[in-house]
Amino acid sequence: MTALLWLVPIALAMGLVGLGAFLWSMRSGQYDDLDGAAERIFIDAGADRPMASVEDDATEPKPSR
Amino acid sequence: MASPAALNDVALRRTSTRQSVDELILASRVLDDGLLQTQLSVPTAHCGGCMGKIERALAQLDGVVSARVNLSTRRATVTWKRTATIPPLLETLSEVGFEANLLSNLEGQPDRERRRLIVAMAVSGFAAMNIMLLSVSVWSGADPGTRHLFHAISALLALPTVAYSGRIFFQSAWSALRAGRTNMDVPISIGILLALGLSIFDTLHSGPHAYFDAVVTLIFFLLIGRTLDYLMRDKARSAVLGLAKMMPAGAKVIAEDGSRTFVALDSVAVGDAIVVAPGERVPLDGVVLAGEGDVDTAVVTGEAMPTPVMAGSKLLSGMLNLDGSLEVRVTSTSAQSFLAEMVVMMEAAEQGRAHYRRLADRVAAYYSPIIHTLALAAFAGWFLSTGDWHRSLTIAISVLIITCPCALGLAIPMVQVVAAKRLFERGIALKDGSALERLAEIDIVVFDKTGTLTIGDLRVTEADIDQRYRDIASAMASRSDHPVARAIAASSEGRAGGTLDSFSELPGKGLEACRAGHVFRIGRPDWALGGANADVGSLHTVFSVDGERAGHFRFSDIEKTSARDAVRQLSELGLDVELLSGDHPEAVSTVAASIGIAKFRAGLLPQQKVQRLEALAGKQCKTLMVGDGLNDGPALSAAHVSMAPSNAADIGRAAADIVFFGQDLAAIPQALRISRAAGRLVRQNLVFSVGYNLVVLPMALAGYVSPLLAAVAMSLSSITVVANALRIPSQTGPRPNTVRRERALVPAGSAA
Repeated sequence: MTALLWLVPIALAMGLVGLGAFLWSMRSGQYDDLDGAAERIFIDAGADRPMASVEDDATEPKPSR
Repeated sequence: MASPAALNDVALRRTSTRQSVDELILASRVLDDGLLQTQLSVPTAHCGGCMGKIERALAQLDGVVSARVNLSTRRATVTWKRTATIPPLLETLSEVGFEANLLSNLEGQPDRERRRLIVAMAVSGFAAMNIMLLSVSVWSGADPGTRHLFHAISALLALPTVAYSGRIFFQSAWSALRAGRTNMDVPISIGILLALGLSIFDTLHSGPHAYFDAVVTLIFFLLIGRTLDYLMRDKARSAVLGLAKMMPAGAKVIAEDGSRTFVALDSVAVGDAIVVAPGERVPLDGVVLAGEGDVDTAVVTGEAMPTPVMAGSKLLSGMLNLDGSLEVRVTSTSAQSFLAEMVVMMEAAEQGRAHYRRLADRVAAYYSPIIHTLALAAFAGWFLSTGDWHRSLTIAISVLIITCPCALGLAIPMVQVVAAKRLFERGIALKDGSALERLAEIDIVVFDKTGTLTIGDLRVTEADIDQRYRDIASAMASRSDHPVARAIAASSEGRAGGTLDSFSELPGKGLEACRAGHVFRIGRPDWALGGANADVGSLHTVFSVDGERAGHFRFSDIEKTSARDAVRQLSELGLDVELLSGDHPEAVSTVAASIGIAKFRAGLLPQQKVQRLEALAGKQCKTLMVGDGLNDGPALSAAHVSMAPSNAADIGRAAADIVFFGQDLAAIPQALRISRAAGRLVRQNLVFSVGYNLVVLPMALAGYVSPLLAAVAMSLSSITVVANALRIPSQTGPRPNTVRRERALVPAGSAA
């Protein structure tokens, strides 16, 4: 019985994290273009640049909200 | 002469409307720091390569800050800086091989309804899984203490979920009840609320049973169906919105000092002078002040032959200016133009159709009184025989839960979602699920002629011309873009065009050329024959040499190659076919005879088309209207269900329930077959879900239903219904012209 006292909250918390992750990913526009995301892997524009260069941030469009 | 089929391929009706720089700015959304964002629809983008090509081409333009293609909706979002030069977005895309058109900034609004549905579905999914987890341990025999704890946790999860995700059903049920009707959401809401209430009561009193899992799973399943339904319709809607606009968004107004400015249509006043360049559509009704030329009135009146206009001629909005540059004095504002008049008539016609009730709601109207009476009877019976009100109430509510139309709520939308998907794969966009139900009911198909059964382009039917001059005539015709000239050029394809010493095109008159000292003219008889009009009679176009008549041409509209086959298939499906046109009787009867339509009416005004449809409706005929013109708009709204090709006038597309892409009329019998298959599956699904309920109902009435049984029955019936919906065939009926299908425009937003 005492095990339930912390196991159930852990189960719920894990579920909530999943729900939160889904809502966040939807809000940040990750489901806006599923077909495009699958194809975009083949476009190697700027492939060798560092990931967080300033240029990159400027050309990346803001997620539409 | 080339065969009509060959011509058909060359002369697919062109959209000659131009999009100017001014329209680009009007259609853009202003962001902060001087940036503009423009949405383009690129219907032919279908792979990663296209995406890269479009993005690279756009991004390298001066002033473009970013360009991103959305492959799912086939749209490109371009952010650009407004400087002296405007980046030539559409031109660049057409250079790299993509036809694109502008979307106005209103259409780019974020979709709140979609987000609301998806979030509600996610929340109910989360709660359903966690409550089910707890319920399974209760069912497998938890001790009373644990059971009570688990019920309490379930209640804490279920309450906010029902409040948040269930509100979609409650709102819909409430608005139906307030209007004095019932719909499917009324029994659903009552079932949810009663089951929740009883479960909370039992939880507070440490009772053995709670139905939280049933309540939340029910909401989750129903929301899945509803979200899929919405996404499907949204996809169809966005595909239709992505089509090229027919009407211009503004007009070039000539100021007193002679300068020309592009002004949005709403701000053009009566009396203003505007310029309509060749290839543009007339934006507002008016009278020609200066200039002459031919206008194509096909979408306005249904007439296939171009009409000559000169100073003093009246123009209606929507007519296409073919060759002359016209100055027009505006005689009505955009709120009173011919177009606006059509919109008013469409709204009036819409009223007549509003009383159609969806099948699901009609079923609910029978279903909910029965189950509510049964539940009440169960309560009364048990209370009278045992006197235990809690027991009686539990049984009454378990009757409601077990018969709660979960499968019934999924039965119809799932079939419609799958059918809409199948239709979309063939380039047919269904804007509304109920259109599918209505399409399955029809017994007469009414066609418009110009642009629907025909391509809206001319073909030479009679060429009486001296052999010696054939080369010259075709050489002259091939240099002009006028529909009449194109028809002559097409009729003499393969002929080596002779050389000409000089060539000129006179708007509203015809073509003139010189060779070896002779003057050749093709055009209006009075002009070509230099006023010496010796009995030209009803001849339309004359060929002359030095003012002497040397031949003439007659024309008619080309019918679509698929028209005859489509009409034959429709008759095989047991449907009547009728043709309603605004064109001249002789033109209409020729087309009707050639395609095989026995019943036709010609010379109809838009309101007469509506009257004819109303007369048919009065005879209890359910009509499918297929039309494309501005003049068909009211008729499309008045018909029981309506279809329009994707090149139809904007208001026609807006009014039609179904839009098909490309020129192929085979889409009509295809859509009909799928709608009938869908109708059969819907009926089967209704039988399935009602059957399930009938099987478990005696157990519920006898008081033997446990929450476990309710959960199993509900899931099983939902799965059956969904699986059955997937049986809609992806291939129906013969598809004789598969080659032509490939050329059909791929709708924006279709899966790659």
